[in-house]
Amino acid sequence: MNLKKTVILGAAVAGLLGSSMAIAAEQFIGLPSYRVGPYAAGGSGIFGGWIDYMQMINERDGGINGVKLAWEECETEYNNARGVECYERLKEKGETGNSVFQPLSTGITYSVLDKVAKDKIPLVTMGYGRTDAADGRVFPYVFPLITTYWSQATTMIKYIAGKEGGTDKLKGKKIALLYHDSAYGKESHAVLEKMAERYGYELTKLAVAHPGNEQQSQWLQIRQLRPDWVILWGWGVMNPTALKSAAKTGFSREKMVGVWWSGAEEDTVPAGSAAKGFTAAGYNVAGENYPVIKDIEKFVYAKGHGNMEDKGRIGSVYYNRGVVHGLITVEAIRKAQEKFGKGKALTGEQVRWGFENLDMDDKRLGELGATGFLPPLKTSCLDHEGSGKVKYQQWDGNKWNVVTDWIDADKELVRGMIEESAAAYAKEKGITPRDCSKEM
Amino acid sequence: MQFFFEVLIGGLLSGVLYALVALGFVLIYKASGVFNFAQGAMVFFAALTFVGFLEILPGWTGWEEGGRAVFWLAFVLSLAAMVVLAIATEKFVLRPLVNQPPITLFMATIGLTFLVEGIAQGIWGANVRGLNLGIADVPIEYMMDNFNILISSFDVFAAAVAAVLVAALALFFQYTRIGRALRAVADDHQAALSIGIPLRHIWVIVWAVAGFVALVAGMIWGARNGVQFALTFTALKALPVLILGGFTSVPGAIVGGLIIGASEKLAEVYVGPFVGGGIESWFPYILALGFLLFRPEGLFGEKHIDRV
Amino acid sequence: MLYREAGQFKASYEADQQIFPILQDRIGVLLLIGFFALAVPLFADQYWLKAILIPVLIFSLAAIGLNILTGYAGQLSLGSAAFMAVGAFGAYNFMLRIDGMPFLVAILLGGLCAALVGVMFGLPSLRIKGFYLAVATLAAQFFIVWALVKIEWFSNYSSSGVITAQEIEILGFAFDGPQSKYLLTLFVVVVMALLAKNMVRSTTGRSWMAVRDMDVAAEVIGIRLMRTKLTAFAVSSFYCGVAGALYAYTYIGTVEPEGFNLDLSFKILFMIIIGGVGSIMGSFLGAAFIVLLPIALDVFVPMLLGDLVSSSFVSNLQLIVFGGLIVFFLIVEPHGLARLWQIGKEKLRLWPFPH
Repeated sequence: MNLKKTVILGAAVAGLLGSSMAIAAEQFIGLPSYRVGPYAAGGSGIFGGWIDYMQMINERDGGINGVKLAWEECETEYNNARGVECYERLKEKGETGNSVFQPLSTGITYSVLDKVAKDKIPLVTMGYGRTDAADGRVFPYVFPLITTYWSQATTMIKYIAGKEGGTDKLKGKKIALLYHDSAYGKESHAVLEKMAERYGYELTKLAVAHPGNEQQSQWLQIRQLRPDWVILWGWGVMNPTALKSAAKTGFSREKMVGVWWSGAEEDTVPAGSAAKGFTAAGYNVAGENYPVIKDIEKFVYAKGHGNMEDKGRIGSVYYNRGVVHGLITVEAIRKAQEKFGKGKALTGEQVRWGFENLDMDDKRLGELGATGFLPPLKTSCLDHEGSGKVKYQQWDGNKWNVVTDWIDADKELVRGMIEESAAAYAKEKGITPRDCSKEM
Repeated sequence: MQFFFEVLIGGLLSGVLYALVALGFVLIYKASGVFNFAQGAMVFFAALTFVGFLEILPGWTGWEEGGRAVFWLAFVLSLAAMVVLAIATEKFVLRPLVNQPPITLFMATIGLTFLVEGIAQGIWGANVRGLNLGIADVPIEYMMDNFNILISSFDVFAAAVAAVLVAALALFFQYTRIGRALRAVADDHQAALSIGIPLRHIWVIVWAVAGFVALVAGMIWGARNGVQFALTFTALKALPVLILGGFTSVPGAIVGGLIIGASEKLAEVYVGPFVGGGIESWFPYILALGFLLFRPEGLFGEKHIDRV
Repeated sequence: MLYREAGQFKASYEADQQIFPILQDRIGVLLLIGFFALAVPLFADQYWLKAILIPVLIFSLAAIGLNILTGYAGQLSLGSAAFMAVGAFGAYNFMLRIDGMPFLVAILLGGLCAALVGVMFGLPSLRIKGFYLAVATLAAQFFIVWALVKIEWFSNYSSSGVITAQEIEILGFAFDGPQSKYLLTLFVVVVMALLAKNMVRSTTGRSWMAVRDMDVAAEVIGIRLMRTKLTAFAVSSFYCGVAGALYAYTYIGTVEPEGFNLDLSFKILFMIIIGGVGSIMGSFLGAAFIVLLPIALDVFVPMLLGDLVSSSFVSNLQLIVFGGLIVFFLIVEPHGLARLWQIGKEKLRLWPFPH
């Protein structure tokens, strides 16, 4: 090889290196958002909070170990087919492809469930989606993080028992479950029935047809039944309607417990004064007085970036839920970088490892400025849920106030059901579950 | 028995609310033969505009928030917005589509639905809002004390509004010049045109009146469940009322509403538990279907005679 | 010039009765099928196959189904999505409960289930007409979805009420990649589309059209209304049912009853209106248009406006443009894309000569 060639080659190599140095690595996150249609209020809040958090990480820390976060939105309109299109469109974007897919819709979750394992992209569903995916042996790429509907149902009974003065007091109590008549609403049935057998309360299930803007008959039945508690398993317009109808029939809102999709400002504000006293679960809390929110205001909004049009919604339940999505996603990428190389853009497969090895204890949450903002979280190959804890918040007419500490799910009951259901799925689909003792 | 009456009366009152939405459909269908699918979106648009003005007017005018002046100004402005919508619809959608088959017009109104929904949320944002009309949604004590029957004062108020609206519309149709022209157009476009009734004006007027009905329906439904996208779903509650009462009859909408409201509640309470509940989504449609088998033009619809 | 049928004489009945009597049409269709069956799977990437071509084909099939009912037999229906659901859940249960069920038979049986349900909900059409019937078909839409949620047997008692499509295997060959799934879908859709094309010019199809144009007159000339209307409902639902089964098996994978909601029914109705009422070709064009338009808007609107406006406004703008385009389109060409195609053909017949 003569000198000339070597020089040229050397220059080329140097040029390549130089250019790759100049362009910092970017971690791409595809956002299948929905900002129009019936659920736009939730979508714009959650995706707004999430984007703001990532923006804040870029502004404050210069990304994760120097890897800037990049994202792109894709409008799904909460529609399954559009969601699949978004999934496929976002899949290959960015340097290393999409790192994680979080559709905020159970329907879309199901629609891409089979695809993620093949494409090696983690599917993260916080507080929705397929409950039995918490069994990481059968669903290596699916993460129903923090908590699931089944865990939530057990905490509701715990909360009610706490109010009644112990689980033994539940015997003979009447609990009415007012649920959205859909796959989502039915998720709670099995768990609540099992717990009814154990604790001896009497469960009455009342279905509300979609969309639930008319509940006269259900509430007259409730008036007839005179239950001690009403569990509201609602969605969208069904929630304010239920609160209004409860006021109309004179049922105390203090005795109503809602799921986390019933417990946002969007559910109580339309009901006006009728919502006062209503309690709902939340895997994140409302409020602005957390360092992480303050940082977003300081590094994002003060500089005039910010995704929210209505700044008044910062600190609302949905917005904060979006921040939780951002927090956990960033933490998973950070964790994965520790294993696969700091300062590098990671593939979906590597990020998946991060999600499976999350360890956000109180100390870590404190460092992130989110103590009490979300429950401590620790995932593993076996357990893709990681926490199961929720707090209960009560609406005082103006805002949500936290009224309990983190309440643990009845792990033993839920875990058994999850494993049973996941095993059935594995059998039906011919999946051999992973051996977790071999996982690192 | 007390429970039965409670459900029955509650159902009748709900039915009146359905009828309120159905009225808008009837008006437009009667005058222009258009099955206006956008009525639900119009309800949403009207209510959102009203609430939006309620929010920003105090800032603009310096008037007291929640006061009467703000309320009425917002009402007038929203009404103006509905009139603008009516004019725009006539000019850009109906006029170019004159003489097209009904299904094309129907599809155009679905297109209009997307347009109106997009514009409404584009202007006012996707936030869910409450609306307080100052009428408490609580049981009437007199009925509670004497008969132990629960009747909401708000529902009674809504029913009264609907009754006044229907009466006013009936008088308007019967005794005013424009009303007569409307009826003439409904009878026969060609004949109406040939005796000099300006078809375009009539359409604008009827869409504007439907807009007014949408505004009233939107305010009442909005006060009931909050002003949000789900207001567009009220159209789905109105459709069975519409086919039961007949597309072309204003009193039909009311009677249809009463029948649908009462029977769907009774069915949910007495039949629902045996089949797992939630039957309100389809029961009104099946019921209306049953009625249609005996009267294919609805209870009060105009009889259609086929000639070869 | 290119598209001239002059000189093509039909010397036999067979020649006169072909599905595509004009040579250029035959060549065109063969080229099209050839292109989509050979070139596309080789060159299209996964995104196009999975997210665009497969759904377009499936929705085309559903649109053909609705077109048979609405475009040819004149019965307006707003329940197509529910019949798709019946097809999907039907095929799933046949595959699940009968060992060794061949896939193609299962989807046809799913389609048959849909046809049966369709006939049931078609019965009122003998008395009810026009928009009254349209609203009445909503009964089917809501009732079927409700029943699929309520009766747990349909989803094999799954706690979340969803079904997961089994793997597809035909004669030992597993259809698991996007290419093979696409080809399978293409095969089913092409065969059924050709059948439909043939059917609408048969006695059945002609009596549908007679009923559409005026049912009293049709009855007077001896067409049996009941049989004609019910076959239209059956065939239409069958097509929708097969489309639903394909939707579950080659497209989405795991489906929930709520996925087959009213919005989907409207979408299919849009497809036939935009594509062309009473045209098989139009069903394809309409499906492509309705699937592609929102995606195109979602890609290009943010690109054009970029960071100028908020993301919520971009989404709303897409909705506004979508609605506006539909209205615009109806005004400019009320007979749909198929009509444009026809005008194009007329022009081609003379091209490049002015007369």
